[in-house]
Amino acid sequence: MSQTTGTVAAPGAHVPHDAHHEELGFLRKYVFSTDHKVIGIQYAVTGLLFLFFGFSLMMLMRYQLAYPGSAFPLLGKLLGESRMPGGIMLPDFYNELGAMHGTIMVFLGVVPLAVGGFGNFVVPLQIGAPDMAFPRLNMASYQCFFLGGVTMLVSFLVPGGAAQSGWTSYAPLSVIASQGQTFWLIGMIFLITSSLLGAVNFITTIIQLRAKGLTFMRFPFFVWAQFVTSFLLLLAFPPLEAAGIMQLMDRVAGTSFFLPSGLVVSGQALSNAGGGNPLLWQHLFWFLAHPEVYVLILPAMGIVAEIIANNTRKPLWGYKPMVYSLGFLGFMSFIVWAHHMFMTGMGTAMAAFFQTTTMIISIPSVVILTALILSLWGGSIRYNTPMLFALGFLPMFGIGGLTGLPLGLNVSDIPLHDTYYVIAHFHYVVAPGTIFGLFAGIYYWYPKATGRKMNETLGKIHFWGSLICMNVIFFPMFKLGLAGVSRRLFDGGASYAFAQPVLHLNVISSWGAWIMAIFQLAFIWNFFWSIRNGEKCGDNPWEATTIEWAAPSPPPHGNFIAAPQAYRGPYEYSVPGAAKGFQPQFEA
Amino acid sequence: MTTEHAADHAADIDKHVKQYIAVFVALMALTIITVAISRLHLPVAEAVTIALIVAVIKGSLVALVFMHLISEQKLIYAVLALTVAFFVVLLFVPSLTHFDGFWVH
Amino acid sequence: MEIPYTVEVRRDTGLTNGKIGIWLFLASEVMLFGALFASYILIRTGMPVWPRGDSILNVPLATINTIVLISSSVTMVMAWASLKRNQFGRFRLYLGSTVLLGGVFLVIKYFEYSHKFENGLFPRTSNFLALYFTLTGLHMLHVIGGMTVNAYLWGPGAKLWKTNPEWFANRVENSGLFWHFVDLVWIFLFPTLYLL
Repeated sequence: MSQTTGTVAAPGAHVPHDAHHEELGFLRKYVFSTDHKVIGIQYAVTGLLFLFFGFSLMMLMRYQLAYPGSAFPLLGKLLGESRMPGGIMLPDFYNELGAMHGTIMVFLGVVPLAVGGFGNFVVPLQIGAPDMAFPRLNMASYQCFFLGGVTMLVSFLVPGGAAQSGWTSYAPLSVIASQGQTFWLIGMIFLITSSLLGAVNFITTIIQLRAKGLTFMRFPFFVWAQFVTSFLLLLAFPPLEAAGIMQLMDRVAGTSFFLPSGLVVSGQALSNAGGGNPLLWQHLFWFLAHPEVYVLILPAMGIVAEIIANNTRKPLWGYKPMVYSLGFLGFMSFIVWAHHMFMTGMGTAMAAFFQTTTMIISIPSVVILTALILSLWGGSIRYNTPMLFALGFLPMFGIGGLTGLPLGLNVSDIPLHDTYYVIAHFHYVVAPGTIFGLFAGIYYWYPKATGRKMNETLGKIHFWGSLICMNVIFFPMFKLGLAGVSRRLFDGGASYAFAQPVLHLNVISSWGAWIMAIFQLAFIWNFFWSIRNGEKCGDNPWEATTIEWAAPSPPPHGNFIAAPQAYRGPYEYSVPGAAKGFQPQFEA
Repeated sequence: MTTEHAADHAADIDKHVKQYIAVFVALMALTIITVAISRLHLPVAEAVTIALIVAVIKGSLVALVFMHLISEQKLIYAVLALTVAFFVVLLFVPSLTHFDGFWVH
Repeated sequence: MEIPYTVEVRRDTGLTNGKIGIWLFLASEVMLFGALFASYILIRTGMPVWPRGDSILNVPLATINTIVLISSSVTMVMAWASLKRNQFGRFRLYLGSTVLLGGVFLVIKYFEYSHKFENGLFPRTSNFLALYFTLTGLHMLHVIGGMTVNAYLWGPGAKLWKTNPEWFANRVENSGLFWHFVDLVWIFLFPTLYLL
C-alpha cells in the first residue's frame, strides 16, 4: 500500500474491504464516502447552502420589517395567497420565516459548517491521523444531518406551513401549532442524532488517533476548541431530544407534559388532562441551547487563533490560560441556562445563582479574547483575507460579549428581555463573530482542500463589505431594543406608539441586509471560480506550523505519505536563532 | 497484544465469573427487598429515600462489576464524573427554580 | 488504510477506540434518561395529588421483568467471559439467552401495555401514565436496539470470531456495556414508576 497509517500497525487486525486500493465508483467516492475530508466538504457545502437559505428567509422578513404591510416587489406574488396575499406578508408567515430562520441558521447552517465541516476536514489532519476513529459512523452522522435538513425543508410545504413558534418552540403554543411543528420535532431528532454520533467520533479520534509526540498541550488551539465543543454536544443535546419526544407525545398522543390545566384556546377549553408545565420545556430546551451557543462560538475562536498565530508569525500569547479557559467555559456553560428564563417567576435564590454563574462565565471568554488581541502585539502582521476576517472577529465578538452582560444580570434583563437588544447581542456574536471566523477558515484552508488559493481582491471586497454591512444591520437594533421594541413582532413595532421614533432604524437594518447579500456574491463567485482558476499552491502556502500542512494539497486517502510525528509545540514561529522563520510541528 | 485488563487470562476470568454470580444473587435479593419495603407503604419522603438507596446499590453493582468499571481507565472515570455532575444539576435545578414550598405528597 | 487501536489498546490511555466510543455514547444516554427523570420530578412535585405506582401498575409483572433483565445482564457478561475463555459454544448459549430474555421482557411489557389500553388507560389519560408510557417506551426502544445488535453478534456478526477473535470479543464487550446500561436504567425506572 502506498500510504501507511497511524503510529501503530495492528498485527492481525482485520483490514476492512473498503480500505483496499480498488478504484471506488463515483457514488462511493463522493456521495457515500467514509473519508473525513469528503464528509467534511459535504457538511461544509450543505451548511453553506443552508446559511444562504436562512439568510434569504431573513431578507424576505426584512422587507416586512422596513415597510410593514407593503407588497414585496416581483417575488411577493410567487409565494401564494396563503402566505403573501397580493404580495403582502401575513403575520403567520412572518412567524414561520422567523422560526425557521433561527432553526436553519443555528442547526443546519453554522454548526454543520463549523463542527461537521471544519471539524471533520481539519481535525484528523491537524492531529496527524489517517481519518476519524469511526469512518462509517461519520458517514451516518452526515446522512442523519441530511435527513434532518430535508425534513425541515419539506415542512414548508405541509398544510399550515413550517414551524412558527420561534426556534425556541415554547409550549403551549408549539404544542397546539400546526403540522409543521411536528416536522420540526422530527427534524430535530435527526439533527441531534447526527451531532451525538459526531461528538463520539471527535472525542475518540482526538484522544486516540493523535500522532506520536502530540501531547494535549501541543494541540493546536483549534483542536482543543473542537474537543470541548464535542463534549458540549454530547452531554447537552440529549435533554432536548427527551424534550422533543415529550412534545411529540403532547402533539400526537395527547399527553400534557407541557400543557397546564385549564388551558383555553380561542374560547375553547382544551380536552387534555392538564397538570403539565410549560416551564419544563423551557428548562430542557435551554439546558441544550445555552451550551449550544458555545458550540457556535468555540470552533470560530479556534479558527481565529490558528490564523492569528500564522499571520503574526508569533506563537499565541497565553496558550495555556486559553486552554484552561476553554475547559472552564465548557463546564460553566452547563450551569447558566436559566438566564434565558429570568422572567418566568423564579425565586430570588435561583435567580442569584444563575446570575452569578453567568457573570463568572464571562471571565474565560474575556481571557480568550484578550489573549487573541495580545497575540497581535509585536507581530509581523500579514493582512491577507483570512487574517482580515480573523481581525474583524475580535472587536465584533467583543461588542457581542459585552452587550451580553446586562442580559445576564437579572434586574437589567427586565427591560431588555425579548427585545431587539437581545437580537443585536446574539447576532453580533454569531454573525460578525462566528460567521466571520468561518469565512476566515474557508479562505485559510481552501488551499489545503483544493490545492489553489482563493482570489485576494474578491476576498477583501467580501470582507470590507460584510464588516460594514453587519454593523449597519445590527448596531441600530441595540437602540431599537433599548427603546422597548419587542422581538418577533411581524411589523417591527409599527403598531406601538413608543416605537415610532425608532422605526426608521428598521429601514436601515433592512438595507444593510440587502446590500450585504450583494457582497456575498463576491464570495460565492470566488469560491467556485477558484476551484479551477485559483493560484496554484503547494503543501504549505501560508508557511504554517501545524500538522495539516504536512499533507499534500489536497491530501490523498489516508492523508499523509508517511505517518507524521510532533516534535514541538504548535506555534513555533520566529524562534530566535532558528534557520527558518518558522519551525513546523511536524519537522524533526 | 495487550488488552485493557491484565486479568484476561483464564484464572482471572474464573475469579470474575465468581463475582458475577455473587452480584447476581445480591441483585435478586435487593429486588425482593425493595418490593417488600414498598408494601409497607411508608410516607413518601422515607419511601423515596430507601428506594433510591437500594437502587443506587443495585446500579453500582451492575456498573462496577458487570460493566467492569471497578477496574476501568482514568479517562472513563473522568468522562463519567463530568456526566454525573451534569446529571445531578439537570435532575434537581429545574425543580429548585420553581420551589415554592414542600415536596408534594 | 487502517485505523489504529480498533483492537489493541493505545498505551497511554489503556483503551481501544470502541471502548471509549461506547462509554461516551452511554454518557449521552445518562443525560437522555436524566432529562426524563428530571421531568418526572418537576411534574410530580407540581401536582397536588399523585397516585402510588402500585395502585395503577402491575408490580408482580414488573418485578418479574426486573429479574428477567438482571438475569440477561448476567448471561451477557458470561457471554463475553466465555469468549475470553475461548468457549465459543458457551458464548453462543449465553448470548442467545440474553436475546431470549430480552424477548421475554418485551412480551411481558406487551401484556402490561395492552392491559392498560383495554382498560382505557392511555398516555393522554393522566400525567402519571404519560410519564409511565414515555419512560418505559423509550426504555423499550433501547431494549430492542440492544437485542438487535446482540442478535447480529450471535448470528452473521459471529463470523468475525474466526478471523479476528480479539476484535470480536471487544465488540461483544462493548455491546454488553450498552445492554448493562439498559438494565441499569430499568433498575431505577422500576422503583420510580411502580413502587413510589
